[in-house]
Amino acid sequence: MSTPSCNSALSSIGKKAVMALTGLLLVGFILGHLSGNLLFFKGPEALNAYAQWLHEHAALIWTARVTLLLGVIAHIAAGISLTLENRAARSGGPAVEQTRRASWGSLTMPYTGLVVLGFIVFHLLHYTFQSVALGGQTFPLATNPAFTDVHAMLVAGFSHSGVSAFYIISLALLSLHLSHGVSSMFQTLGLRNERWRGRLDILAIAFGWIVFLGFSAIPASILAGCIK
Amino acid sequence: MNLDSKIPTGPLSAKWDNHKAKLRLVNPANRRKYHIIVVGSGLAGAAAASSLGEQGYDVSCFCYQDSPRRAHSIAAQGGINAAKNYQNDGDSVRRLFQDTIKGGDYRAREANVYRLAQLSTAIIDQCVAQGVPFAREYGGLLANRSFGGAQVSRTFYARGQTGQQLLLGAYSSLSRQIGAGTVKMYPRHEMLDLVLVGGHAKGIVTRNLVTGEVRTWSADCVVLCTGGYGNVFYLSTNAQGCNVSATYRSYRRGALFANPCYTQIHPTCIPVHGDDQSKLTLMSESLRNDGRVWVPKTMADCGKDPAQVAEADRDYFLERKYPSYGNLAPRDIASRAAKEACDEGRGVGPEVGGRRLGVYLDFSASIQRLGESVVRERYGNLFDMYENITGENAYRRPMRIYPAVHYTMGGLWVDYNLQSNIPGLFVGGEANFSDHGANRLGASALMQGLADGYFVLPYTVADYLAGVGLSGRPSVDGVEYRDVLAQVNDRVNRLLKNQGKQTARSYHKQLGKIIWDECGMARTREGLTKAISDIRGLREDFWKNVAVPGTGADVTPELERAGRVADFLEFGELMCRDALVREESCGGHFRTEYQVDGEAKRDDARFAHVAAWQWAGETAEPIRHEEALVYEEAQLSTRSYK
Amino acid sequence: MVKDNHSHSADSVLNLRLRVWRQRRGQPGAFEEHALQGVSTSASFLEMMDMLNEKLVRDGKEPFAFDHDCREGICGMCSMTINGMPHGPLPGVTTCQLHMRNFRDGETITVEPWRARAFPVLRDLMVDRSGFDKVIQSGGFISIRAGSAPEANATPIAKDVSDAAMDAAECIGCGACVASCKNGSAMLFVGAKVTHLNLLPQGQPERDRRVLAMVRTMDDVGFGNCTNQGECQAHCPKGITLDVISHLNRDYLGARVKAFFSSTGKARRGGD
Ligand SMILES: Cc1cc2nc3c(=O)[nH]c(=O)nc-3n(C[C@H](O)[C@H](O)[C@H](O)COP(=O)(O)OP(=O)(O)OC[C@H]3O[C@@H](n4cnc5c(N)ncnc54)[C@H](O)[C@@H]3O)c2cc1C
Ligand code: HEM
Ligand code: SF4
Ligand code: FES
Repeated sequence: MSTPSCNSALSSIGKKAVMALTGLLLVGFILGHLSGNLLFFKGPEALNAYAQWLHEHAALIWTARVTLLLGVIAHIAAGISLTLENRAARSGGPAVEQTRRASWGSLTMPYTGLVVLGFIVFHLLHYTFQSVALGGQTFPLATNPAFTDVHAMLVAGFSHSGVSAFYIISLALLSLHLSHGVSSMFQTLGLRNERWRGRLDILAIAFGWIVFLGFSAIPASILAGCIK
Repeated sequence: MNLDSKIPTGPLSAKWDNHKAKLRLVNPANRRKYHIIVVGSGLAGAAAASSLGEQGYDVSCFCYQDSPRRAHSIAAQGGINAAKNYQNDGDSVRRLFQDTIKGGDYRAREANVYRLAQLSTAIIDQCVAQGVPFAREYGGLLANRSFGGAQVSRTFYARGQTGQQLLLGAYSSLSRQIGAGTVKMYPRHEMLDLVLVGGHAKGIVTRNLVTGEVRTWSADCVVLCTGGYGNVFYLSTNAQGCNVSATYRSYRRGALFANPCYTQIHPTCIPVHGDDQSKLTLMSESLRNDGRVWVPKTMADCGKDPAQVAEADRDYFLERKYPSYGNLAPRDIASRAAKEACDEGRGVGPEVGGRRLGVYLDFSASIQRLGESVVRERYGNLFDMYENITGENAYRRPMRIYPAVHYTMGGLWVDYNLQSNIPGLFVGGEANFSDHGANRLGASALMQGLADGYFVLPYTVADYLAGVGLSGRPSVDGVEYRDVLAQVNDRVNRLLKNQGKQTARSYHKQLGKIIWDECGMARTREGLTKAISDIRGLREDFWKNVAVPGTGADVTPELERAGRVADFLEFGELMCRDALVREESCGGHFRTEYQVDGEAKRDDARFAHVAAWQWAGETAEPIRHEEALVYEEAQLSTRSYK
Repeated sequence: MVKDNHSHSADSVLNLRLRVWRQRRGQPGAFEEHALQGVSTSASFLEMMDMLNEKLVRDGKEPFAFDHDCREGICGMCSMTINGMPHGPLPGVTTCQLHMRNFRDGETITVEPWRARAFPVLRDLMVDRSGFDKVIQSGGFISIRAGSAPEANATPIAKDVSDAAMDAAECIGCGACVASCKNGSAMLFVGAKVTHLNLLPQGQPERDRRVLAMVRTMDDVGFGNCTNQGECQAHCPKGITLDVISHLNRDYLGARVKAFFSSTGKARRGGD
């Protein structure tokens, strides 16, 4: 056996572990983001207080932002590289393609991932940089520490039905991504077996639904006119 | 010809140790200068090639499959014997030796069998160390079972896939050597001939089954571990590619073929279902531990649903004929009894070619006694396999079984060193004739293959190499190589150019039928005589009318098949000839003329010898040589299982 | 010739249309269509292919080349993708153990070789699976020289550990996992061997080297990477489960982490 070196190029399993770890990070972020967002339904005060608190902890927010950015880049880089390698390894596949077990979510991972990437960019432009689709209004979130009405910003942002529909569709795809990803990352890290697979698959699907329903409740309720 | 078996002197139990001490050694620094060809990657071949590679020789290993892991050893189900006496039930090397000699109906060489029994224990150590996952008890130690009617539990097993696990163990060792560069592996290469230089085996000719390239290889010696010739019967439990070509071609170059008529028929196989069938599937013998074998008492009941045949109308013929062994009677005896019942017209199952060839193996009593779940636990995978093949549920209705060819005890003649009469040609595993006499005990072939490969050949091959020295290996450009290569190419081209209309398979089927009918479970003088002339006729027809499409310069499956069938067509005749001359019944060889009360009648006075056949040319009849079997320890007695 | 018999599962006869792949090494391939009449439902799939080939040979045409040997589901040599499914429509069996009673009269059956970059087609339905052997050669073994083994019962092994090792060891190396995988990944095969050897006490000394080396070769040979879809398990004739892939991932990552933090050996003398 040749001496296995700790060579610098990542093996396929190494890359996959990067995906799982960064995926886990992103899942954690989504959970946090979601719980924060749900304060929306407690009314403007709760949500705005939360935003205020965040702004008072700039170091925390910037650490999170940088980590997330690096995480997303690593996730995407590894994802694209693996997807291309896997395509090549399959070299076309059989003329008659049949699928016995693979879930829809698992088959569409690279696509849902790419759409989510597009969505993230839009989302950042939308609310973080506020360069699109806010109906010409500005909410000096970053520049004016005194500004705290995030609630109003959301209402303004989602009153555009096309924007809201785009959010809801993207969230559906993100959820599909997660319905496979959340169980898959356990397998990738070697922390799943046949006994747990079924349970984790259910957990992942449930998680997907929670993310979908939780996030899209905001644009949906604004669109439906329940919250103004 | 003087057949010197080179059995060492001294007491039986000390022979191998004494002999080993005298075998010559090769200096480690010189070993890589010796090139050894090993043909075959089954238990024997993989074990030999890897062990020789470990010692530092330059080894080339060939097999016809796409990977060495697929040799037919992979199919062995039941287990492997070893005299470990872990069960404290009175087993010992001597007892294993005695059982094997008796099981072989006193037609095996004592010294070889004793050595086999001695080496058996080291095999288990070796395999466990390789990671073979043998069955274990809750205490973590190895489990055993009793197998093939043995009175002690000495069989080690890995579920129903013992052969697979042992082969994968040997394959992993072989792979390690391939990775280390000491062994070069040539899969999808078929050996088509042997090259002799100065009377010594110094190379082979192979055909690359992918590119079609036919070429020669030179070596300091050649080790054949090419398995058995059961496919001469066309339908057998062997793999499709199993062939006699490597050993038969060596026979034509002067190696003696010993006891070709000794073949083993296994009683529990799934019966033939139709004309297009290509193989027979073995159902583990262990089924007979809990199943009862029967046929209806009268022909009239044979077409009925078995549930409609009343208990009183059933003939549990093994229990009737052999009250003390019953359904566990030895393979040859159980097989013959089933054949007799079917010959009387009392067979069951669908009619194939106008006959019902099958007997019931009924589990209903066991299911009642033990419950279905226990039966499922013991045999579930076999019942599944049965259902998969036959479409029948054996929990609900009795299984149908019929004997099938399973193992061939005959093979190239070898001395105690496993060297044939051609110096430098060694033969191991099922390909040689050495250890099983006229009948092989269950779970002993795996043992023999591994003993040969791990623990005998590495010593004896070294002795030969030390003897011939380093100047021994000629160049492949030599005239001897070119001659054999030209002959092989001629034969290949002759097959390819044939303008026939018949498929090689159709000849193989016809040959199989002749051999099965006349040289199968019961043999007669008339039948064998007729078979010999029929085979000759068939052979002539083959060379006139066989069709071999393809150019040969690529994958050409029909060329491979035709070449193998051509060799079987010659070998089948030799087999019948051997059976004809052996005017006695012993083990798997049952001559209808030689029986007492339906049981085999051995003739020790005339036939306590090995028959070794020598090729005498295309037109001359082969010459039969005898190696007398001398028994120092075993008492020749009549096997009785009544 | 087989007479119908009321007391046994009745055989019937099928007429089929077959679309079978033809290809020569290094050249593009295509499907060829053939009609085949009178196939008994009790025949195996390979026996049906034999019938087709016999017919072709009698007509002076070349038969379809395909790999097969034991025909009892253990050697792992047979390898056909039948109607898009490696080893055909019946889960848990190899091609050679698939019987024609699983098909309908008049059906069109498409037969293709395994498809994956690491399994190039050699001819028709035959592919080159030597990549599997290379993976094993790089580490799928326990280094033990013949003759140096300790007494077999010296190390007790818990029955459940030994049974789990055996579960993994049952892999026949057929390659259906690779053929069914949308990523051409061999991780079920590699995982099965790693699990088998790494579970056993005998396999411990080489545990890390083994998994690192085998994964490296797996990548080098050109197999893809697992995305945990489970097609392999659904097509594996031997019921090998994704557990072995989880085991492979765990052992691999563990070995990498260990290697990362392991001692770097003695200080070297002289200029480094
Ligand atoms: C279904 C079945 C069940 C069995 N069960 C048991 C059991 O439970 N216990 C037991 O002890 N025994 C059993 N046996 C017998 C035992 O498996 C075999 O006798 C033994 O494995 C033979 O090993 P081998 O190495 O001699 O040959 P094989 O394993 O047959 O290997 C032959 C090798 O030679 C190669 N080869 C052959 N011809 C050529 C050629 N012309 N050119 C190049 N290469 C060639 C092949 O590629 C292969 O690698 C069983 C046999 C069968 C068929
Ligand atoms: C918030 C954003 C995202 C989250 C929470 C997320 C989460 C996950 C998780 C948990 C996994 C499973 C990892 C594993 O199997 O080990 C995964 C896999 C994957 N992700 Fe993402 N991801 C996100 C964004 C993206 C983006 C932007 C892409 C763009 C290319 C992407 C592409 C992929 C791919 C290709 C896989 C591998 C699929 C597989 O192996 O089955 N993901 N993701
Ligand atoms: S894991 Fe299953 S499908 Fe893959 S090679 Fe092994 S037996 Fe075949
Ligand atoms: S031919 Fe051996 S597994 Fe199918």
